[in-house]
Amino acid sequence: MSEIREVIINTDRLRTDEYLVNMGPQHPSTHGVLRMLVRLEGEKVLNIQPHVGYIHSGIEKMCEALTYPQIIHLTDRMDYLSAHMNNEAVALCVENALQVEVPDRVKYIRTIMDELSRLASHQLWWCVLGMDMGALTTFFYGLRDREMILDIFEETCGARLTVNYNTPGGLMFDIHPNFQKRVKDFIKYFRTKLPEYDQLLSGNVIFRERTGGIGHLSLSDAIDYGVTGPSGRASGFSCDVRKHQPYSAYPLVKFNEIIDLRCDTLARYEVRIKEMYESLSILEQLIDNIPEGEYAVKMRGVLKLPEGEFYQRVETARGEFGVFIISDGKKNPYRLKFRSPGFSNLFALNSMVKGHKIADLVAIMSTLDLVIPDIDR
Amino acid sequence: MTNEELKSYLAGRFSDAEIVLGNQYVEMTVKDDMLHETAVLLKEIEEASFDYLFCLTGVDYTENMAIIYHLESTRYRHVMVLKVRTKDRVNPVIDTLSDVWITAKYHEREVYDLLGVQFNNHTDLRRLFLEDGWGFPLRKDYVDEIRIVER
Amino acid sequence: MAFNFYDFTNFTHNIHVGLNESFSPFAATTIEWLIVGTSYLLFVALFGLLLVYAERKVCAAFQQRLGPMRVGPWGLLQTIADFIKLLMKELIMPRKADKFLYNIAPFIVIIASFLAISVIPFAPGLQSLDFDIGVFYLTAVSSVGVIGILLAGWSSNNKYSLIGAMRSGAQILSYELSVSLSLLTMVVFAGSMQFSTIVEGQRDAWFIFSGHIPAIIAFIVFVVAGTAETNRGPFDLAEAESELTAGFHTEYSGIKFAFFFLAEYINLFIISGVATTVFLGGWMPLHFGNFESFNHVMDFIPPVVWFFMKVFGVIFIIMWFKWTFPRLRVDQILTLEWKYLLPINLANILLMALVVLTKFHF
Repeated sequence: MSEIREVIINTDRLRTDEYLVNMGPQHPSTHGVLRMLVRLEGEKVLNIQPHVGYIHSGIEKMCEALTYPQIIHLTDRMDYLSAHMNNEAVALCVENALQVEVPDRVKYIRTIMDELSRLASHQLWWCVLGMDMGALTTFFYGLRDREMILDIFEETCGARLTVNYNTPGGLMFDIHPNFQKRVKDFIKYFRTKLPEYDQLLSGNVIFRERTGGIGHLSLSDAIDYGVTGPSGRASGFSCDVRKHQPYSAYPLVKFNEIIDLRCDTLARYEVRIKEMYESLSILEQLIDNIPEGEYAVKMRGVLKLPEGEFYQRVETARGEFGVFIISDGKKNPYRLKFRSPGFSNLFALNSMVKGHKIADLVAIMSTLDLVIPDIDR
Repeated sequence: MTNEELKSYLAGRFSDAEIVLGNQYVEMTVKDDMLHETAVLLKEIEEASFDYLFCLTGVDYTENMAIIYHLESTRYRHVMVLKVRTKDRVNPVIDTLSDVWITAKYHEREVYDLLGVQFNNHTDLRRLFLEDGWGFPLRKDYVDEIRIVER
Repeated sequence: MAFNFYDFTNFTHNIHVGLNESFSPFAATTIEWLIVGTSYLLFVALFGLLLVYAERKVCAAFQQRLGPMRVGPWGLLQTIADFIKLLMKELIMPRKADKFLYNIAPFIVIIASFLAISVIPFAPGLQSLDFDIGVFYLTAVSSVGVIGILLAGWSSNNKYSLIGAMRSGAQILSYELSVSLSLLTMVVFAGSMQFSTIVEGQRDAWFIFSGHIPAIIAFIVFVVAGTAETNRGPFDLAEAESELTAGFHTEYSGIKFAFFFLAEYINLFIISGVATTVFLGGWMPLHFGNFESFNHVMDFIPPVVWFFMKVFGVIFIIMWFKWTFPRLRVDQILTLEWKYLLPINLANILLMALVVLTKFHF
C-alpha cells in the first residue's frame, strides 16, 4: 500500500523522458536486501530513494526481554562482518556500567580479534567491490586470504563469522594454544599478498577512471549525515573512535588514523586499503605480548545494571557503532538502542550519486560498504 | 571543554533547561517548545558547535515519550546529551530537527515508525521499516499475539 | 587421393574432379556446397564447445582454482552437458513480444558469424571463399550481426533488454571503424585485399615483424577493438550481471539463448582468426628470411597446426583481459573509441603509407 502512494508522490512531476527503475531487493550488487527506486534520465541518475526494512527483525524490542549475555549473542547478527566488535561494544557497556575492570589479557585478546575481524571485513569488501566492477578474479583472491582468518576464528571461538566470544567480564574461554602462531603466520603471509591487491585493482587505469572523481561527499555533508568509518575519513572527517575515545588495548598501540581529503570513491577505496596495512601493524605490536592472566572476571549469575543511561562507542569496519542502554535496575534493559554505522552511511547515498550514471551508482554503493542487517536491525 | 566546564557553560547559556551530569556525559533536558531553538543554538554557537548528531533514540516512558539526542562537536570533541519529553503518550508530537542535522531526518522516521511520535515540519514523515497498517512495536503496551510470545 | 597434411590443394582438387566425373556439374557443385556447409557447421559446433570449456579452464586458472573437473575426465564433457541442458529448456516467449523479430534475431547473429568465418584460410588449399576483396567482404558481413542484437533487444518488450541492446549496438558500430581501419593498415602494407595473397606475402616474415611499428600498433588496436566488437572482456557492459540490466538476451531461453552464446564464442574465434591471418602470418610457419635451416625446422610442423596454435594464442590473450580487468562504463567505452583509437588508427595508416612508400620495412 505504501509503495503505491510513494510512486504517485514521485510521479506527479515525472516527465516522459524520465523513468523509474527498481533495483529490487534481490540484486547482485546491493549487498543484501536493499531496494532502491532510481529515477533515471537515460543513463543519468536523478534521484534515488532507498527502501529498507526487508530484514528488520525487531532486535531492539527483543533485547528488552533478554539478559545481557543473551543480548551479546544477538549483536553478532547485525553487522555480521564485524561481529566481534559488536559483541565487544555491549560487553564494554555492561562492564563500564558495573564498573568492572577486566584483566589486561582480555583487553589484548579483544583488540587482536577486533583487528582480525576488521581485516576479514575489508577483504570481503575488496573482493565484492572488484566483482561489482567486473574484475571477477578479485573475488577469489580476497576470499582465499580471508579463509585463513576464518579458520583462526573457528579454532579459537568455535564459529567462523558470528563469533560470540565476548561476555560481560571478559571472554567465554581462553584462546587456543595455536592462536598466536597462526596469527603470526597469517601476518607474514598477508603482508606478501596485500601488494598483489594493489597490483590487480588499485593501479589499474580502468578502475581509477571508474572511481576517480565519482561520488563526492564533502566534509560538511559527511558530518551532517553522520557518515563515519572509512567512508567519512575519506572526506576528511576525523572520526576514528579508536583514537578519540580509546577502549580495550587501543591506548597501548601506535597506529595512524588514515584521513584522505579527496572525498571521492577512489579515496574511500584507498583509505580501506591503507587501514588494512594499519591493522597488520597493530596485530604485530600486540600478538607477541599477550600478558598472562585470567580470561574473565567472575561475575554474578544474573547481571543487573544500576539505574541510569550508559553509552559505549566502538569502531567497527563500517564506522562508529554505539550501544545505548537505559536501565531501570532490572535484569533486562528498559530500552536498548544500537547506533549502527550503516544507517547513517546509507542515507548519504542520494546526495553522492546525483548526476552520475547507473554504473557509478554500483561503484559508489560498493565503496560505502553497506551491510543491510546493520541498517535494518 | 571538560564535562564540568560544559555543564557550567550550558547552565549559564540556557537558564530554563535542566542540566545534570550523568554517568558519562552532561545531560540537558529542555521543554518541547524550546527544542528547536536550543538545537539551532547548540549547533551554531562558537564555544559549543555541536555539529555531529550521532544517536537519536526514542524511549517510551509510561506517562509520555522521550527523545534523546547524543551530540558531539567535531571541533572541541566534547559530547552532550539533549533530552526532551513529549506532552503526552497517546499522541506524541515534537518539532523536527532535520533542518539542523540532516541525519535526524531518517532517525526521526525510524522513531515515528517504531514509536508513533509525530514530528512537526518534517518534510517526509513516512514509515521506514514497517508497513502502514502495523502498530508501533517499541511501545510498552504493544500486543501482538502471533509474533510476540509471552512467557 | 593422397592426404597430404601439409597442403590440402591436391585433396580438394581430387574431390572436385571426382565429383565432376560422377555427377553433372550442377549436382557436383550442390554436393560441394553441402559438404562445405556441413563441415563448417560441425566445425563451428565443435569449436564452440571447445572454446566454452577453454574459457572456463582459463578463468579457473587465473582465479587459482580448477574449473570443471567432474563431468568426464578433467571436465571435458562439461560443455556437452551444458548444451544438452540448454536444448531441454522451455522456450518462453514474452507475451507482447514481436514474434517474428524475436524468432529471427538469433539466426541473424549466427548467419553473420558464418559468413565471416567462411573467408578465413585454415591451411594452404583449405579456404572456402577466396575473393579478391576478401578484407572488404569481411568487414561488411561482420556488421550484419548488429542488426540481430538490436532486434533481440527491441522485440523482447523489456526496457532492460532495450537499454542493453542500445548500449551494445552503439558499442559495436563504433568499434567496427577501428577494426576496419586497422585491417586497412595491413592491406596498405600487403598491397592486396585477398586473403590468400596476404598470407603468401608473409612467407619470409610475418607482417607483425616486417611491418614493425605501424603493424604492432595496428595489432594492438585490432585486438582491443575486436574484444569490444564481440562484447567481451572489459567491454561487456551490455551483458554485465551486476549492473541494472541482464543485457539484450534476457528474454531468451533454451536453444535461442544457446545461439547467442555460441555466436559470441564464434565471433571470438573470428577475431582471433583474422588477427592471425593478417598480422601473424595465417598458416605460415615462422620464417626468418635467410636462415634456411631454421625455416626448414619450422616447416616440419604442418600449417594447420601453426594456424590453430596462433589462434589459440590470441584467444588466450583476449581471455586474459576479461578475467583481469574491471569493466568500463559505457561512456568510457565510447570515449575510448572516438577520442583515442580512431585518431591513433588514422595516424597509423598515414605512417604505414609512408613506410611502404619509402620501403622502410623488412
